[in-house]
Amino acid sequence: MKVMAQMAMVMNLDKCIGCHTCSVTCKQAWTNRTGTEYVWFNNVETRPGQGYPRTYEDQETWKGGWTLNKRGRLTLKAGGRLRKLLTIFSNPKMPSINDYYEPWTYDYANLTDAPAQEHTPVARPKSLISGKDMKISWSSNWDDNLGGSAATAERDPVLKKVGDKVKFEFEQTFMFYLPRICEHCLNPSCAASCPSGAIYKRSEDGIVLVDQDRCRGWRMCISGCPYKKVYFNHRTGKAEKCTFCFPRIEVGLPTVCSETCVGRLRYLGLVLYDADRVLEAASVPDDHDLYEAQRSILLDPNDPDVIRAAERDGIPRDWIDAAQRSPVHALINKYQVALPLHPEYRTMPMVWYIPPLSPVVDVVRETGEDAERQENLFAAIDALRIPIEYLAELFTAGDVAPVDRVLRKLAAMRSYMRDINMGRDPDGAIPAAVGMGEEDLYDMYRLLALAKYDERYVIPPAHAEQAHALEELACSLDYEGGPGMGGSGPFGEGSGVPTPIAVENFQMLQDRQTSDTLAAPDDKSARVNLLNWDGKGAPSGLFPPKPEGPDQR
Amino acid sequence: MDIFLWVVVPYICLTVFVVGHFWRYRYDKFGWTTRSSQLYEDRLLRIGSPLFHFGLLGVVGGHVIGLLVPESWTAAIGVTKEIYHLVAVVGGMIAGLLVLAGLAILIYRRRTVGPVFSATTRMDKVMYAFLAAAIVLGMWNTIAGSILSVGGHYDYREGVSVWYRSFLAVQPRPELMADAPIGFQLHALVAFALFALWPFTRLVHVFSAPLGYLTRPYIVYRTRDPQLGTHRPRRGWDRVQ
Repeated sequence: MKVMAQMAMVMNLDKCIGCHTCSVTCKQAWTNRTGTEYVWFNNVETRPGQGYPRTYEDQETWKGGWTLNKRGRLTLKAGGRLRKLLTIFSNPKMPSINDYYEPWTYDYANLTDAPAQEHTPVARPKSLISGKDMKISWSSNWDDNLGGSAATAERDPVLKKVGDKVKFEFEQTFMFYLPRICEHCLNPSCAASCPSGAIYKRSEDGIVLVDQDRCRGWRMCISGCPYKKVYFNHRTGKAEKCTFCFPRIEVGLPTVCSETCVGRLRYLGLVLYDADRVLEAASVPDDHDLYEAQRSILLDPNDPDVIRAAERDGIPRDWIDAAQRSPVHALINKYQVALPLHPEYRTMPMVWYIPPLSPVVDVVRETGEDAERQENLFAAIDALRIPIEYLAELFTAGDVAPVDRVLRKLAAMRSYMRDINMGRDPDGAIPAAVGMGEEDLYDMYRLLALAKYDERYVIPPAHAEQAHALEELACSLDYEGGPGMGGSGPFGEGSGVPTPIAVENFQMLQDRQTSDTLAAPDDKSARVNLLNWDGKGAPSGLFPPKPEGPDQR
Repeated sequence: MDIFLWVVVPYICLTVFVVGHFWRYRYDKFGWTTRSSQLYEDRLLRIGSPLFHFGLLGVVGGHVIGLLVPESWTAAIGVTKEIYHLVAVVGGMIAGLLVLAGLAILIYRRRTVGPVFSATTRMDKVMYAFLAAAIVLGMWNTIAGSILSVGGHYDYREGVSVWYRSFLAVQPRPELMADAPIGFQLHALVAFALFALWPFTRLVHVFSAPLGYLTRPYIVYRTRDPQLGTHRPRRGWDRVQ
């Protein structure tokens, strides 16, 4: 047994209202630079829907993740090492920008600069890829709230698997939101696909990162990831991915997407797992066993043997404590209500989901029946095959039984707590019907419904004696070259040594403080796009040119 | 003049090549990439890029054999001049045509596909000019020199190759190059210019050909960077280990 710690996340889908706050704050924090306009480390998909990039779940097309070969051994679905090197000059499975969408901005300057004319001037959409006028025809959440789904939802790869039954039951539409980030897998196929070895899994907390200095732009990770959560920065020519906000996690703060989540639906915590058994668990022959196999390699942090092994393997004591209090461990292994996303990709994903009960509740409510009575809910779970099969395709490789169990637990919690809230005597038979004790069910309610900040985020900070290493704490300006560096290197966007954010902010602030004219771009083609501006330097056209002599103030 | 062209210039270019790479790697690891444009356009790249790259691997292999292997070695293993010549010309023509076709597709793509063109740097354009010139001149030497025998027969294995080996051995014999036909001279000069440009272009990606991928374990584990903050500690302020 080799114990390793993994920072993991659980999302409670019942609470997601699809507001995209996580996506927007994530974008502002991480991907608001040129070259990453189309990159969404966090995105929220409406289900049923095609997802982002379109139909990424169709692995027969995209060949992401792992598969078992004829001898039952785990191999990359897109082919082995030699095959990867032979296709390195043109990756045959790489999505094009049209599978994502062509990012754009608007020519706002035209609104104020247009000459007098008969018609009101308009701000035309301009492509951020080619700079030309464009027609907007798709985006990262074009089918939000099932918009246009009558025409496009049938392309949803998950819906296709559920089959013909959908056609006549689709009128009773069920819908829910699926927020997605990088899964920080235990067996990441992006890392396995990287020819340069630039993608690595941090041994301390399991976060999967791209070393920007080692990435050579071979693009194999992009097709290797079945969740399509590694993106290609088309300006720097390097792969970028969700970082699990590691600078925040290291100081004990939740990720930006979690921190800003309006519905408080994200849970962060440690799990301990047995690194020696990852390969074995990822290689079980039957797809339906993958959920249980993955659950079984997550270790019980209260087990004295595990604690001893963890200490032997160098996991600090306070991290073991945090693992014991971890909400993620509780939801996955104690209450067993969280399920992995697409375990059949065999990457051992570590962002898990509590499937939504709300499609079921909505149907019961529409019939006029009491939507919080246990019998009604249980009966509906039995009757509503489509939503449940759909959820099973997402979370358990199509095995309905675990999804069924989870939904029954959620339904039981609902009706059990209703009695308490109404001041009636709680009915101990309800938790017993789903195999839980009354106290456990109440604790689960507390974690899921109240979701106190310090209970849903249990993040042990990186070690105090290492604290100086944390990027966010480094705020000194005595950086080589000092304040006064800036701009891009000679080999295109972002080449050269990265400038610390503090230095770039200093530059920008100085620019702003020392100029006193209004912004007046003399060249209209100098587009100013604040969404893509990361606060580094002054984008041309945003600030007026600096005065040339001291007497010009 | 001969000494300048066939001694000074080559050594300058070689120095720039070596020192330039060293400097680029130290200064600009982040910029060290293929700068792939596959995201923008796929259809033409899918044909052009493999044609070009695989052809180029053949061309490079041919040059290694032609320039570095002395005639006496091949003769020693029983390869006659005629056989060698036949293999070299046929192989060279095939590889050269692949490269030319690939290059034509790629340049056409770069010029006509808007996003790809706007992602093209000035350095790219200069590099393309020299690369194309070197390839075209090389093809011309093969066709004109070896097949059509324009301007009389010339055996580069007794001229250019010997000079090149003497150049690498730092005992340059410029007179061998001065006697070579103009086509070979131009090809060599353009190639040396390309070597001098090399470290400052995207061509650096050649040196990160990921052969290590064949042997390394699939999943890479790394511990958190022990470096303190974003900048290296100043001399004398290293942490106590």
